[in-house]
Amino acid sequence: MIFARAERRALRAAGGIALGFVLAFVGVATAVLLAHADGAGAPLLDAYIWRVARFTLLQATLSTVLSIVLAIPVARALARQRAFPGRVWLLRLSAVPLGLPALVAALGIVEIWGRQGVVNDLLRLAGLSSPVSVYGLTGILIAHVFFNMPLAARLMLAALDRIPAEYWLTAANLGMGGGATFRLIEWPVIRRVIPGIAGLVFMLCAASFTVVLTLGGGPAATTIEVAIYQALRFDFDPPRAVLLAFLQIAVTASLMSLVALLGRPPEEGMTAGRAIRRFDGRRRRLGDALVLVLFTLFTAAPLAATVASGLAADFGRLALDPLLHQALVTSLAISFSSASLSLAIALPIVLVPPLVDAADSGAATRLMARALPTMGSLILLVPPVVVATGWFLVLRPLGETGRFAPAVITVINALMALPFVVRVLEPAYRTHLARTARLALSLGVTGRHRLRWIDLPALKKPFLMAFAFAMALSLGDLGAVAIFGADGFVTLPWLLFSRMASYRTADAAGIALVLGVLCLLLTLPSTAADRRRQGPADA
Amino acid sequence: MPDIAVALSGVTVCFAEKRLSFDCTIPEGAAVAVAGPSGAGKSTLFNVIAGFETPATGSVTLLGKDMAGRDPAERPVSIVFQDNNLFAHLSVADNVGLGIDPALRLDAAARQRVFAALARVGLGGHERRLPGPLSGGERQRVALARALVRRRPILLLDEPFAALDPAMRAEMAKLLSELRAETGSTMLFITHQPEDIARLAERVLFLEDGAILLDEPAGDFLSRRAPPSVARFLGRGPV
Repeated sequence: MIFARAERRALRAAGGIALGFVLAFVGVATAVLLAHADGAGAPLLDAYIWRVARFTLLQATLSTVLSIVLAIPVARALARQRAFPGRVWLLRLSAVPLGLPALVAALGIVEIWGRQGVVNDLLRLAGLSSPVSVYGLTGILIAHVFFNMPLAARLMLAALDRIPAEYWLTAANLGMGGGATFRLIEWPVIRRVIPGIAGLVFMLCAASFTVVLTLGGGPAATTIEVAIYQALRFDFDPPRAVLLAFLQIAVTASLMSLVALLGRPPEEGMTAGRAIRRFDGRRRRLGDALVLVLFTLFTAAPLAATVASGLAADFGRLALDPLLHQALVTSLAISFSSASLSLAIALPIVLVPPLVDAADSGAATRLMARALPTMGSLILLVPPVVVATGWFLVLRPLGETGRFAPAVITVINALMALPFVVRVLEPAYRTHLARTARLALSLGVTGRHRLRWIDLPALKKPFLMAFAFAMALSLGDLGAVAIFGADGFVTLPWLLFSRMASYRTADAAGIALVLGVLCLLLTLPSTAADRRRQGPADA
Repeated sequence: MPDIAVALSGVTVCFAEKRLSFDCTIPEGAAVAVAGPSGAGKSTLFNVIAGFETPATGSVTLLGKDMAGRDPAERPVSIVFQDNNLFAHLSVADNVGLGIDPALRLDAAARQRVFAALARVGLGGHERRLPGPLSGGERQRVALARALVRRRPILLLDEPFAALDPAMRAEMAKLLSELRAETGSTMLFITHQPEDIARLAERVLFLEDGAILLDEPAGDFLSRRAPPSVARFLGRGPV
């Protein structure tokens, strides 16, 4: 019993509202899709759809394999070289792609890997005539590796850092070489976290919309999500969109059950015990330096290109562009409201399950406590583009869909951020509860007062972190907007996308810089904060 | 007069906040307890001998050979820590086998040696088990079995008994003195317990503030009432 009676009542009510809201919102979209699917089935399961489904899985598989395989040497080098100037900055750099809108990253990748990019210049210098084409599978893979390889490397590094310090001392004392160290110490640890990381990366890549939309090349390199968008917005073929939507749900559902079997992605935990010292670092310095320089170039180059070409844009003219003003205001308003909504839904998801710890909770509470966390990740099962498609079909008969777009996009973005928000808040709240709940209850500090004096002050940091992350996610989102995009309704990513599509590259670069900086300002403090300090080896 | 196993002369180690210096000679085959308050430099002394720490000045001579530039694995030293001596994902036999070949390429004869060493420390039949379910004392005995198969003449034990209950401590101490008698190795162990000194040690190195304060026979040390830090260590009020 860690809640007062009145608190329990309020929490149950909040849980009910959140549950009802999410279910209704996703439910309506799905129901409408089902209604449209009537009678439109079999003949549409044509070669095109199968090709799209196959490509979706193919690119996700390749992206995952590449991200993981390339992350292993990076994580090993970072784990081995524990003190070199700039190590902290390298770790920070590896957190950047995660906070960057996919559209901005795609633009940066084109700058580096595109026809006019540095890579092809170098290849031409080396005497190779046929350039690397960034459009199609190659570009999609580069972008997905750009996003996910640093993430995988960070998670692997965290796992390697949890290895007891004595292992490295023992390994040095026994005289283990590089191969034996990898086989006997590092690989067993990395192998244990790979399934979780692979599941996460695979899900992200299978549902990747923006990257494929911007870097995919025609029908040969299209994923289900992009095909939905094209069916709806270009071919005006709702039945096909509906069919694709269900295909997407079927794919994500099977993937999610697979991922559930593989296990959760590992946490970035703290290291305990004595400071880690590696004795195999000295001899591998050259190789590790090479790996880390390549990693830095790969990750930083698109960022640098974005900044460079962004700064070259005519900001004087851009600053006076009324469309940019409108897009900025719309984007900030939508992202702020969607982050607020996301937190409002996340709170019951985080707060209600602990109610069940009390023996006297009823069956309804228990059911709710089980249903709420599932609700939190419903958007992974029914991806944003699919929900947007459903609501597009709901609202179309009512006239101009652009009028409802802000509200629908706000909710969709809130649901998109929900899994992340819950993941930030849940452990923080659990720890907080364990520390304070009984004490607060025994002192009679409950309800409003508990919220004000005990809960909010202690949870301020994770709260702000979650809010900033949700806002950045919404700011950079193109998926829901793409489905609803209409005249008179522009967000920053949508404006950027249309400038790119109309080849106004200088403007696009300027907008990309604005959007990228906004998102990084929101996400970097939290990713920097969760890095533990890497102290020098002590006595 | 036996040969010298460990000779530290003018060794200094510098950390950001302090500077430690060590001078001592330990004869071959001795059993030496290393004691002193926390932060006195006991682990650093071991790190210098084992090669985990490179001294700023001075020389480390083990069994007559200068150790400058030698990696930990190239020194005649085996080390056992308080905890985490065993790789948790490798079987007991593999953990011991690493002492014969650090890449774990073992032939039948090597495997036989592993089995014999495990039998010697009383863990025959546990070869295939993982270290996790073993008790703290059993894990330490596996670590000793590894030291046995490595056959290095100097054994460093960094608080080997700290995680054990009193009955196990006595048992471990007995096993250690038997092994030392069988192998003739030189043994240094860090301890916080006077009774470990009484049970196992012939000599005591007492460290304070990063230097070796006392280096004397265990009997003399145990009957001391001064200086105050030693009296405190022995649980006696200063007289």
